[in-house]
Amino acid sequence: EFRRFSLERSKPGKFEEFYGLLQHVHKIPNVDVLVGYTDIHGDLLPINNDDNYHKAVSTANPLLRIFIQRKEDADYSAFGTDTMTRKKNVLSNVLRPDNHKKKPHIVISMPQDFRPVSSIIDVDILPETHRRVRLYKYGTDKPLGFYIRDGSSVRVTPHGLEKVPGIFISRLVPGGLAQSTGLLAVNDEVLEVNGIEVSGKSLDQVTDMMIANSRNLIITVRPANQRNNVVRNSRTSGSSGQSTESSLPSSTPNILGNLQGEEESDEEDIIIEDSGEPQQIPKAAPTSDSIESLSQIELLHESTQNGFLPSSDMNLNHSAGSISMEFEVPEQGRKSLEEDGTIITL
Amino acid sequence: MRRFLRPGHDPVRERLKRDLFQFNKTVEHGFPHQPSALGYSPFLRLMAIGTRSGAIKLYGAPGVEFMGLHEENNTVMQIHFIPDQCQLVTLLDDNSLHLWSLKQHGGASELREEHRFTLKGPPGSPPSATQVTAVLPHSSREVLYLGTESGTIFVVELPSLRVLEDRTITPEAVLQRIPEDNCSRRSCELVEALQEHPKNPDQILIGYSRGLIVLWDLQNNKAAQHFLGSQQLENLYWQRDGSKFISCHYDGSYTQWPVSSDNRQAEPLENTVPYGPFPCKAISKIYWQTTKNGVPYIIFQGGMPRASYGDRHSISVIHGSQQTAFDFTSRVIDFFIIFSSDPAAEFDDPSALVALAEEELVVIDLKSAGWPAVHPPYLASLHCSAITCSHHVSNIPLKLWERIISAGSKQNIHYSSMPWPIDGGTNIAPDPPQRDLLLTGHEDGTVRFWDASGVCLHLLYKLSTVRVFLTDADPNDNMNTLGEDEWPPLRKVGTFDPYSDDPRLGIQKIYLCKYSGYLAVAGTAGQVLVMELNDEDAEHVVDHAEADLLQDQEGYRWKGHEKLKTRDGPVRFEAGFQPFVLVQCQPPAVVTSLALHSEWRLVAFGTSHGFGLFDHQQKRLVFVKCTLHPSDQLALEGPLSRVKSLKKSLRQSFRRIRRSRVSSRKRRGAGGTASEVQEANAKFDQDALQEMELAPVQRKIEARSAEDSFTGFVRTLYFADTFLRDSSRHCPSLWAGTNGGTVYAFCLRVPPAERRMDEPVRAEQAKEIQLMHRAPVVGILVLDGRSTPLPEPLEVAHDLSKSPDMQGSHQLLVVSEEQFKVFTLPKVSSKLKLKLTALEGCRVRKVTVANFGSCKTDDYSENDLAVLTNLGDIQIISLPFLKLQIRYPCIRKEDVSGIASCVFTKYGQGFYLISPSEFERFSLSTKWLVEPRCIVDMPEVTSNNHVHNKSGTENAARKSSPDDCGEDERKSGRLMEHALLNDEKVLKEIQSTLEGGR
Repeated sequence: EFRRFSLERSKPGKFEEFYGLLQHVHKIPNVDVLVGYTDIHGDLLPINNDDNYHKAVSTANPLLRIFIQRKEDADYSAFGTDTMTRKKNVLSNVLRPDNHKKKPHIVISMPQDFRPVSSIIDVDILPETHRRVRLYKYGTDKPLGFYIRDGSSVRVTPHGLEKVPGIFISRLVPGGLAQSTGLLAVNDEVLEVNGIEVSGKSLDQVTDMMIANSRNLIITVRPANQRNNVVRNSRTSGSSGQSTESSLPSSTPNILGNLQGEEESDEEDIIIEDSGEPQQIPKAAPTSDSIESLSQIELLHESTQNGFLPSSDMNLNHSAGSISMEFEVPEQGRKSLEEDGTIITL
Repeated sequence: MRRFLRPGHDPVRERLKRDLFQFNKTVEHGFPHQPSALGYSPFLRLMAIGTRSGAIKLYGAPGVEFMGLHEENNTVMQIHFIPDQCQLVTLLDDNSLHLWSLKQHGGASELREEHRFTLKGPPGSPPSATQVTAVLPHSSREVLYLGTESGTIFVVELPSLRVLEDRTITPEAVLQRIPEDNCSRRSCELVEALQEHPKNPDQILIGYSRGLIVLWDLQNNKAAQHFLGSQQLENLYWQRDGSKFISCHYDGSYTQWPVSSDNRQAEPLENTVPYGPFPCKAISKIYWQTTKNGVPYIIFQGGMPRASYGDRHSISVIHGSQQTAFDFTSRVIDFFIIFSSDPAAEFDDPSALVALAEEELVVIDLKSAGWPAVHPPYLASLHCSAITCSHHVSNIPLKLWERIISAGSKQNIHYSSMPWPIDGGTNIAPDPPQRDLLLTGHEDGTVRFWDASGVCLHLLYKLSTVRVFLTDADPNDNMNTLGEDEWPPLRKVGTFDPYSDDPRLGIQKIYLCKYSGYLAVAGTAGQVLVMELNDEDAEHVVDHAEADLLQDQEGYRWKGHEKLKTRDGPVRFEAGFQPFVLVQCQPPAVVTSLALHSEWRLVAFGTSHGFGLFDHQQKRLVFVKCTLHPSDQLALEGPLSRVKSLKKSLRQSFRRIRRSRVSSRKRRGAGGTASEVQEANAKFDQDALQEMELAPVQRKIEARSAEDSFTGFVRTLYFADTFLRDSSRHCPSLWAGTNGGTVYAFCLRVPPAERRMDEPVRAEQAKEIQLMHRAPVVGILVLDGRSTPLPEPLEVAHDLSKSPDMQGSHQLLVVSEEQFKVFTLPKVSSKLKLKLTALEGCRVRKVTVANFGSCKTDDYSENDLAVLTNLGDIQIISLPFLKLQIRYPCIRKEDVSGIASCVFTKYGQGFYLISPSEFERFSLSTKWLVEPRCIVDMPEVTSNNHVHNKSGTENAARKSSPDDCGEDERKSGRLMEHALLNDEKVLKEIQSTLEGGR
């Protein structure tokens, strides 16, 4: 179906209003849909929050072409969010629309049928020399499979070059998760574990932190091999990469990005009541006042976590004193293996 | 998720926190680790002990304690009090001298270092020229005489510690005044002893190592007399009247010398080798004490026959025909005699011998027949057998307290009734707020009950579980039974005995119910004993029960130690806690958790295989639950030490505990070369350390899985009366937490009291929670409807606690090593949590609920969690919202055994071992603070150095005064002092005037 309608370019309003408008125009008030648009490069990009919505409206020239797909049978591969390519290409976590029509289209199933194993995250907010890697242990039979050691690295400090103690990856277990991702290597320096800086912490402390976070481990490393780094501002990273870059306040390069996202995900304890079947412990309902305190609620689907989340939002999280909440909307029939719940972010 | 709502800085809460929490290390209990020097001031009646780590501790009357630490952390070699002053001088092994003073500040005395000083020789001289070997503080209080290795005696002015060069006594000057033919330069090498003439302060006795002794006239700078000993000199001692002195020697002999002005070179009066005729070891120190009846006391250290008794650490006392060689359990560091300090008195009349050995302090009453030992009120040798666990019980009811004391007093009949002879200073600390017991479990199967209410940790009662079992050692085998004619007349003194007959006897867990007097004790070989307090001796049979924790598991073989054999038939128990039931876990693995519910008469116990519940009323096992994962072979096969992660920490702690024993053992063998052995040890340690540093240290990062070893290890057990099944009916329940992050909850049916013996107790599993992070569960707690932790059993029945709120909904708090989690009850759903490890990289080692009262208002108090982490930090976390309140660094993170030994009290205090023999006490509360607060006043000194001897009643009167007088007392200290020492009436008058003036 094809609809055409007009919008006030100077006052586009909020994404939710727009979404409501779309549902109204298409007379599909109760159907979940994915919204996309084509940008000036002809890439198909999603619209799922205020920022990319505004971006879309502002770049419309003069027409804004919107694509709407039913969520249930959406072709996610159009957005290039599958996990398969990620292993092959470290850059693919940056939104990389699969717009090369000439390329033979690999038909793969929907992302829900896959389990993320690892990802590079927050590329847009980290210095180019750093890499933030997320390992999804939960549900994988593979061991995490790496060792860390004490070491020292040279840093530039106000007093000149200084040797400072650091934590390094010392060994990768063949066949382990860490090795199979190809994202971590021996002698990579570990800088952060799940958003907490490791400087000043002992090897044992860092070990304990990693094990405590082992179900959803996010390590920020300075790779020993700096040749595979992301080169930013290049056209290859797609327009979206550029757009996030331009919307980024230049002064805050090293902030927590996606890190809150995984909270709670690993915590579903199993309870057996009497002699009944094991079940996940349901979360107690969040208190209502905490919801009221949120001025804006965005529902981000799990598959949108890697790159769809605009960096301006992340910055907002941080500058607002990290008052961010997330809770899980119980989804019937979801397998427990898929642990990422829907997230509310302020 | 609440964690993300960062606590805004609520000023009201911040202020309240300041009123509630405060961290202080208040006092060290027990015996100083590695003591190295002893000093005593008869004037202040204070004793000083120096240690190898540079600490110096002063002790007087019970409660009077001071501590100082030398910055250098070097071994304290000698301690000398300045006569008639509140000052002392210490000599360290780096040859530095330190002057310490007791000064009053804020109403209490404090020990402070005033000056330090290192003797410097002329440029180019060898270091031995100024190596201090003997120190003599002169009675004029103006100078110190320092004897050195070179034989030179330096004179140092007090208190400035400035060398008075013109008064230096050089060997050359001494030799000039002695006939050439007798001496060479070499005979004046190394000053071994310096002693002032007791009657004539212008004369000092100089003893050189090679045997030459010179009485030096300070006024005329000449030798008044000299004495030629043929043997290497060890020490000198003046007789009270100054007419004779006595020297002791390396060959085990002592010699009396006459002093007279007309005989320039005296011959010895008497030369004796007390334990001859065979070669003897050196007598390193000697006292000659005169008495009214004319028979002197000769007291000396060492001198044993070298071949047969050379390994003994002895001090001999000879009084006429009476002679005893007190045989110490460890090397004697030093000793002193308490005798009449009144210079006007004609005789010494010794009253007590105080000996500092490496591992304990022994005081012998010399006035009572048989010379019994005096029970010390402090400096208890905590480690007489290694401490394996501790348990603290606050606020003991008076009745139980008295019964324990009475049981203990029956054990202490062999002690002297003499009041503690070291009674200087005044304790002005307020009386302890409550009666607290600290129970320590030991490797030899004993439990010791300590009065932990105040500054002095005092042994009340000792319980032994050994009697229940048949051990290899025959309890009647007494080393002490020496015949009448035995020579030398050795008598064992002291309690230090680190050699355990059987490590399986070791106590691992203790649980005391202070209301009922029931005590449960569990040990290394899976033994659980339930005991009852009985005021009389009794002979009875201990009931046995076995708990097979491997019930349905087949085909496993336990490769660890066997269970202890029990004694058949009735066993005689002395008054005190008497076991009436023994539950033996099978396999006999170490008991890792224990809980007792005295109201329900149930005891729960857990090992690495599972846990069980025993009804000690009906003496029936209620149920057992195996927690083993089938693949966990290690747990099945043997003792803990086979597991890698635990192995390391255990080995470290054991090594630490044993280090002192090993070194003392080695020293015993090596005799005189103790320092060499130590050096070699230190070097070895260092080498080992370097080796470790060279090895690449790496850590494996791996998620925990259900298959990990020792997931079944039961870490915590907890009884609660709560809503387990539905929210309308509460019932007794038992909770257990394992190393693998599993929590089991059992619903119990306890018959009502009237049918308690008729119906069995029933249990049924109600819940099982598997924490997804799988970290060991170290604490379980149920909060009532008001979010208050449930009271202890019988606490409500004794009107000591409000009954729990059974209307509102209860909450379950599960503390794992990594997280704190609150769940709702009866339907278990996660409510809130606090992650510790994921954010900070530290793990929970100890956790307790503590009640904190405000120092500002009496009516406010709250319950919080006191947490000790593996980094040695203490954190206070609020209940029920799990917010971090405050964090203090407490223990060094390398001090694994210190962290493992920590116990918290219910009122925000705690104890941990800083050495095998010492507990450090700390307080987190502003309200409950037990710390020494005491005053040392200068006793009245009359012109002829006459010292008042304080009597007990006067002391008591003084003790009551500070409370009334407070600040004013300090200003009028002198006046008060005088009055107090003379008359109680005057005291009252002064008090009334002071109060009137205010």
